[in-house]
Amino acid sequence: MSEFVRNIRLWFAPERVRDEGGTPDYRFSLANERTFLAWLRTALALIGGGFAVDQFLPDLSRPWRVGLALALLAAGVLCSLRAVNHWVRCERAMRRGEDLPASRFPVLLSLVVAVVAVAMVVVVLAGWEG
Amino acid sequence: MTSRRGRTGRDPGLQPERTRLAWRRTTLSGAVVAVLGVRTALHGGASALGITLCALCCGLWLGFLTAAHHRIRALSATTPPPPLAPRRATTAALYAVATATCAAVLVLRAARPA
Repeated sequence: MSEFVRNIRLWFAPERVRDEGGTPDYRFSLANERTFLAWLRTALALIGGGFAVDQFLPDLSRPWRVGLALALLAAGVLCSLRAVNHWVRCERAMRRGEDLPASRFPVLLSLVVAVVAVAMVVVVLAGWEG
Repeated sequence: MTSRRGRTGRDPGLQPERTRLAWRRTTLSGAVVAVLGVRTALHGGASALGITLCALCCGLWLGFLTAAHHRIRALSATTPPPPLAPRRATTAALYAVATATCAAVLVLRAARPA
């Protein structure tokens, strides 16, 4: 947990990241930056999905619609915060010459997306019959 | 820009260009989300809260656009380009978080019976 708090402090203190280790090849930093942006786009897509569920599924019953929309929005928030955290961790690992951090997050996110997709199929099918 | 690159040596992997385009793509994704937000905010008549949230969505997107633009200019200014400042990364992510919060308010507002 203290590691996490230290990472959060690094989010806001650019000069502190540079205290450690040496500057990596700029191409690695840029690749890390692009990965961060790709995760941010994933987060934005989840947020957009939340809007879309709310706007384009008017036949869905209200609790389902709001629940799914809020779940997607929460996933988007989680995804964007994790994007920064992972970017900081990767940047530090590169400066120190360590292995890049392993992460369970991609698996988690894909499982959540799969569950939501299955739920949507069930809801749409049930809505069709009802 | 090409001539400046030519003097200092071009990166054969086009890393700064790819990173610039990644920022552009992300800004575009943000624009799509902002448009969806505006649609949701103004759906079924414009209330005071709806207009406020609509303006907030647009403002957040403009904020992200500004941050992306600064980074894009920094990327094309020098070779090799400076690394991304953590503060800017955090700002970009917080724009996404703020948009999601705005969206949650919009969704909950729409869910309430009129």
